[in-house]
Amino acid sequence: MTDAAAPTTRQLDTVEVATGTPERELPWSELGLKADEYDRIREILGRRPTGAELAMYSVMWSEHCSYKSSKVHLKKFGELSQETPRGRTLAGIGENAGVIDIGQGYAVTFKVESHNHPSYVEPYQGAATGVGGIVRDILAMGARPVAVMDPLRFGPLDAEDTARVLPGIVAGVGGYGNCLGLPNIGGEVVFDETYLGNPLVNALCVGVLRHEDLHLAHATGVGNKVVLYGARTGGDGIGGVSVLASETFDADGPAKRPSVQVGDPFMEKLLIECTLELFRAGVVNGIQDLGGAGLSCATSELASAGDGGMHVELDTVPLRDSSLSPEEILMSESQERMMAVVEPAHLDGFMAICEKWDVEAVVVGEVTDTGRLVIDWHGETVVDVPPRSVAHDGPTYERPYARPDWQDALQADVAEALARPATGDELRTQLLDVLASPNQADKSWVTDQYDRYVQGNTVMSQPDDGGVVRIDPETNLGVAVATDCNGRFAKLDPYAGAQLALAEAYRNVAVTGGEPLAVTDCLNFGSPEDPAVMWQFEQATHGLKDGCAELGIPVTGGNVSFYNQTGDVAILPTPVVGVLGVVDDVRLRVRSGFAAADEHVLLLGETREELSGSAWAGVVHDHLGGMPPAIDLAAEKALGALLRAAIEAGLLTSAHDLSDGGLAIALAESVIRNGVGAHVELDDPFVELFSESASRAVVTVREDQHEAFMTLAEQHGVVVSSIGRTGGDALEVAGSFSVPAAELEQRWRATLPAVLGHTIPGAIGTTAVQG
Amino acid sequence: MKIGVVTFPGSLDDVDAQRAVRLAGAEPVALWHGDHDLKGVDAVILPGGFSYGDYLRCGAIARFAPVMTEVVEGANKGMPVLGICNGFQILCESHLLPGALIRNDHRTFVCRDQELVVENAGTAWTRAYEQGQQITVPLKNGEGGFVADAETLDRLEGEGRVVVRYVGANPNGSLRDIAGVTNERGNVVGLMPHPEHAVEDLCGPGTDGLGFFASAVQALAAV
Repeated sequence: MTDAAAPTTRQLDTVEVATGTPERELPWSELGLKADEYDRIREILGRRPTGAELAMYSVMWSEHCSYKSSKVHLKKFGELSQETPRGRTLAGIGENAGVIDIGQGYAVTFKVESHNHPSYVEPYQGAATGVGGIVRDILAMGARPVAVMDPLRFGPLDAEDTARVLPGIVAGVGGYGNCLGLPNIGGEVVFDETYLGNPLVNALCVGVLRHEDLHLAHATGVGNKVVLYGARTGGDGIGGVSVLASETFDADGPAKRPSVQVGDPFMEKLLIECTLELFRAGVVNGIQDLGGAGLSCATSELASAGDGGMHVELDTVPLRDSSLSPEEILMSESQERMMAVVEPAHLDGFMAICEKWDVEAVVVGEVTDTGRLVIDWHGETVVDVPPRSVAHDGPTYERPYARPDWQDALQADVAEALARPATGDELRTQLLDVLASPNQADKSWVTDQYDRYVQGNTVMSQPDDGGVVRIDPETNLGVAVATDCNGRFAKLDPYAGAQLALAEAYRNVAVTGGEPLAVTDCLNFGSPEDPAVMWQFEQATHGLKDGCAELGIPVTGGNVSFYNQTGDVAILPTPVVGVLGVVDDVRLRVRSGFAAADEHVLLLGETREELSGSAWAGVVHDHLGGMPPAIDLAAEKALGALLRAAIEAGLLTSAHDLSDGGLAIALAESVIRNGVGAHVELDDPFVELFSESASRAVVTVREDQHEAFMTLAEQHGVVVSSIGRTGGDALEVAGSFSVPAAELEQRWRATLPAVLGHTIPGAIGTTAVQG
Repeated sequence: MKIGVVTFPGSLDDVDAQRAVRLAGAEPVALWHGDHDLKGVDAVILPGGFSYGDYLRCGAIARFAPVMTEVVEGANKGMPVLGICNGFQILCESHLLPGALIRNDHRTFVCRDQELVVENAGTAWTRAYEQGQQITVPLKNGEGGFVADAETLDRLEGEGRVVVRYVGANPNGSLRDIAGVTNERGNVVGLMPHPEHAVEDLCGPGTDGLGFFASAVQALAAV
């Protein structure tokens, strides 16, 4: 409003004013609320909301915070048994992150979240604050963060917008995570045209705690103090609320706030150390991080999970910008802030620790038993609501869903019918083309920008299949984590695609020697208002739930990201699955490269003629159609048990899972890793190299352990094919072709630097080979 | 034998440095940036990280930390002091070492297993190595380009004060491939690579880094 007649002094919209002016129009629609939602708010309050209340409801009832479109489908994860193979989960869905018992008094917590849209708008800060947010979730459980992983998805490597978003996102992930001192132990980098304009930035964090240190987000104990600590509150991340500000206030007031948050990893590092010391000192009753929806979320969630009431004096919140209105303070998504509930007797101790770490801390309120969340602004009440109605009673939608009419045609267009290479030379060329394609090529351009060594406990990281960190240097207990999703499979059949993602992550944990215990998921989809997308979502969640039930591992938490689409084109359905496992002795780790000559190369699992959705079909024929590989979770479980038993018995010299690109890529990567070649004999080289049948791995075994391994495999009911021997300096497929290891490596390494530029001039890959 | 490791706000590799000290056979002692107290240690390590977020020049604020008064005093009296990465930057800012470290020439953070050659095996932190020995330790930095004027570089070379040099492709634009330097007395060493990440086979590219810490133990035993 630039109208000269506009009021020049702001009128505070208090509860009293709202009661007295029932007919005043508020910009509920501009804040994203539907008419029936606004009516419900009026019904809950028995009057119109104040501007501040409207701000809180609108942000807490948004898709992002309320899961209003997904809730009915996510509910089924709650039906899964909360038993892991190592005992009952200590905290599950509904907390900031799930907590799993791994024995020896240790528990781990892990979760993956999306920060897709902010990363498209502002790649560096979007990605950076994505890391920051998930780290605070883990911290809020009382855990020390010990590792991060970042599944990333972009448009085609050579697309103009990829050149804009990829370097910024990678630098943001690195810039923030490196500065926190958290090793980045893996993740994914995937390219597909549907991600152009919709890059996916998912961030996973793992934390460790002792059982007794578990902290939950509860505000209990009437009279206990509510302390806000960490960074000051600024105008970042406010987004939509500026509409409210401009409607309510004068033209000279704050407006047009940046809607992407700006991160300060140094503050977050202080917050981590400070918070862990607060836990150790026993001065924290309940705690909550401030992420999406900022203070609106923290106050309403803490209050509704506790004794039911909280009184906050909002004008005590430390500000970076003194002109912020109460509505903006409530909605600000300024990073690096936490809220704690502290007993009065512990307050001095709490403040002393914050001071030691130069972290600003202020008492902003206290716990009450009124059943109301009351927020005052300079003595006048601007919010008076039942906290549960804000935090948990948001709308629930049963969005219509329907199998899209194109699904049948897509599934009928099978890749098995595509032209196959006619000669050994052609097969050789296709293998190199698939190996050098952006999705299979070396990713060290990305991962070299992440610190994988800090904390000194990284046992495995890229390019191994899963990340492994040591938890206890005395007992060598560790955890393994992997994230996976093949969106092409999920497009062909979302139910099977979700299960294939689960199976792959499960396998990648097993291949490190870990026993899979629990699942976190990041469900990235298009618009929930499109029945076809909603069908994909329904199918994927259903598949994931059924898969977890069969594997006997619970889903302990995760995140949904909708509206990843441009116009009518949605992204490939991308249910990213993270699996966490326990490794009883990390010293037994087995890596993915061939280790020495004259060892047996064994293919575990059954290979069928399954080429639809494969990397071969995509790279060689630009084709996506047919049915994804068959899924047999009993076989997956058996394979996992065999890998674990063989690693524990010290029978394997290398192990690599088979996934995108099938045996071809697994063999090529195994040769490249240490420059140890292999000679293999295959009945039908093309099918055996490029089929992407699930539940398979390639391992190497020394001659003197061959018999023992074969016996073990038989006991586990896993089919073993002896396909050849290691040795030489080339990958040789008998009767078909041979490629020198150096040529494989050159093609594999050249792709990303050729488009993104060399970070170190003249340096071709001295980095991916660790140890 | 006690070796102190200073924790500044934003230090990250302090725990790793303590582990390395322990594995080398000495007792690690945690030192706090805000204390004028070295707790009777025989040597000091300034670890890697992003002290104060490195929002000003790297190390420019940390040099004014209270504990640095005692560190500088000790260094000037011959106490072994090792600065790793951010610690190297702090030593340069404190004028205990010449030169400065600037943003990598390729402008991106780099984390890699780096080959190095030990050019001076006579310092308090390198005497466990052979002259000319090639070792591999992780390198990880965003601002690791070592720079100094030509005269200073010539003097460093002439006096044998280049401690380690990068082998192969220069990873960050450091002049004359310099990865680490020492002071005239050879008790203060600054390194851009991270030897504390190469002290166990399990969690790094081998154990080539252990020699830096073993060197200090030897040097202190010889006193």
